[in-house]
Amino acid sequence: MAQCVTAFKSMLQARLLEEKLASLYRAGGRIVGGVYIGKGQEAFSAGLAVHLEKGKDVYGPLIRDQAGRLAFGEPLLDTFRTYLGVITGPMRGRDGNVHRGRPREGMPAMISHLGSLLSVVNGMLFARRLQGRLGDSVGATSLGEGGTSTGAFHEALNQAAIEKLPVIIAIANNQFSYSTPNSRQFACGDLLDRARGYGVQGYAVDGTDLTACVSVFSEAVKRARAGGGPQLVVGSLLRLSGHGEHDDSSYIPDQVKSSPLGQDCLPYAESQLKASDLITDEEVRKWKDEFLMEIDAALAQASKEPTPDPFRENWRALSTAGLVEGQFEA
Amino acid sequence: MSMTYLEAIREAQYEALRTHPSVFLYGQDIAAFGGAFKATKNLSKEFPGRVFDAPISEDAMVGLAVGAAIEGARPIIEMQFADFSTCGFNQIVNQAATLYWRTNTSCPITIRLPSGGTAGSGPFHSQSMESLYAHYPGLVILTPATVEDAYWMLLDAVELDDPVIFCEHKFLYYHLKADQIGERTLPIGKARIVRPGRHATVVTYSAMVHESIRAAEELQKDGYQIEVVDLRSVKPMDTDTILASVARTGRILCVGEAFPWGGVTAEVIARVSSEAFHLLDAPPMRLNAKDTPIPYHPNLWKSHRPTSSSIGDALRRLLRY
Ligand SMILES: Cc1ncc(C[n+]2csc(CCOP(=O)(O)OP(=O)(O)O)c2C)c(N)n1
Repeated sequence: MAQCVTAFKSMLQARLLEEKLASLYRAGGRIVGGVYIGKGQEAFSAGLAVHLEKGKDVYGPLIRDQAGRLAFGEPLLDTFRTYLGVITGPMRGRDGNVHRGRPREGMPAMISHLGSLLSVVNGMLFARRLQGRLGDSVGATSLGEGGTSTGAFHEALNQAAIEKLPVIIAIANNQFSYSTPNSRQFACGDLLDRARGYGVQGYAVDGTDLTACVSVFSEAVKRARAGGGPQLVVGSLLRLSGHGEHDDSSYIPDQVKSSPLGQDCLPYAESQLKASDLITDEEVRKWKDEFLMEIDAALAQASKEPTPDPFRENWRALSTAGLVEGQFEA
Repeated sequence: MSMTYLEAIREAQYEALRTHPSVFLYGQDIAAFGGAFKATKNLSKEFPGRVFDAPISEDAMVGLAVGAAIEGARPIIEMQFADFSTCGFNQIVNQAATLYWRTNTSCPITIRLPSGGTAGSGPFHSQSMESLYAHYPGLVILTPATVEDAYWMLLDAVELDDPVIFCEHKFLYYHLKADQIGERTLPIGKARIVRPGRHATVVTYSAMVHESIRAAEELQKDGYQIEVVDLRSVKPMDTDTILASVARTGRILCVGEAFPWGGVTAEVIARVSSEAFHLLDAPPMRLNAKDTPIPYHPNLWKSHRPTSSSIGDALRRLLRY
């Protein structure tokens, strides 16, 4: 499956990129604020995004979706420019780290409030349908299992179901919401109940298994494109990092880490794809070298670019210049 | 042909739907039923496929509007009552209000809030939310007091590329009538002097404009000429018109129906105190509702919010100083 190879490359690139971000964080000084990575969740993230087409589909990534972002086609530079807060990036130093996107290009920029992005994706699809240009495009977004406890998520899932919107919702059940274990997060036996409760098609998948993820999302995206309404996919996995780089995740018990949930999806995908003769050792080495060079080049580029200047900032929260108090010209 | 404030809101939505193909309406019970107050009566028939019933999900309603705006739509969201907009608060103040600033993507959505008290409506169907939303950067807050303003300002709201909180007052829905809707007069952001005077200024907005005019008429009998300024939009706030009026009268009372802690009236008084202290002949005053939830029984409700008589009393104190 060609898509598995594409997804694998995004996983590998994301892993290397996030290692770079984590080391910049540890070194201190250059990255303002925290670093939030998706180690262990790359297969689930990229497994969805490889099925999306930039320019046609909507993708609303969340906190652990670096791999999905790369698979969708977010430029590497957007990551560094946003983390470094330079004005050339999409957020221009006004927001940082994972809170980035290009809404008009089908990639809304998440706000921190968990659960609140799904209804925005719904609205993008809703408007396209109203304007007669939805075609067979779809929207996709993701959320952790903790985020599914929000009212916003439930309202939006129900809304998507009522409107039969072609939206794919990827729930990464990584067993912990920050430090909170699932036993304190929900009492239903299975997160797929969330789908059943709203009349939505649900799927369960081993989130550490790339080929399984690619194939489940392939089915979900196909059904959404064909008019089957919202599709909710729950992946079981573990985050192999802290919530952010400030967090040592010591609350995750060793027996969970050593369970199948704790399998690292990246080497597993590599061995799977090699066993199927889809990739070779040499290719993987070559990709690694290429990615590392690209990452270094992007970091070097972003590092040269200007950081925001409070004296040049227009301090304007409204697009209508004439309505900004104290500022009456554009 | 006379038109009520409520009919003006319906007509403005009709006009918005007619002239802007990108407008759609989304709210609870607004399609075939025409809305809890009938502000969208017949619009779903007149514009098939553009007026949608929403589930009781204020958060998702606003989220959907923001997404639609990203794609070039200009949604009008009806909250069934302003009070319920608290359930969509996060999407309003964090999603809609930050979109332009964070991503350079404009967010032309209009959220209609049937606001303010009417007798017997109680704590959860009477609230005035303008101060709450005005606190957040990235929102425009409109508070029309007249039939014409209800009409033109709603159309202005739809045409603005920014999120607008449109606070329409339920008390004015049926009582307030105009013979006809004239031409657009003032732009958004400009206050209106509804009654000129020289002894004191009342700065107010929405339904309190009418209570204040009645109070001014009472005081007229004692020879006082009270200037009444209708803010029209509380954000942006037309500080120039307020200060110019204070320059003429030397005394200011600011009246609002919202709760007393902080808010629009406090903002007006703060601006006047810091920018026109030297113009004041008396300490600036403000009058708001009481600091309790809004009571159900009319006896209590009438004392809870400012009325022409409590405004008149406040003005006499201000004039006596
Ligand atoms: C509405 C809301 N409440 C609290 C937070 C703070 N917060 C950020 S991430 C997080 C944990 C999220 O857990 P989960 O959704 O399972 O995703 P994960 O971090 O495990 O990927 C919390 C509580 C938030 N961002 N949003």
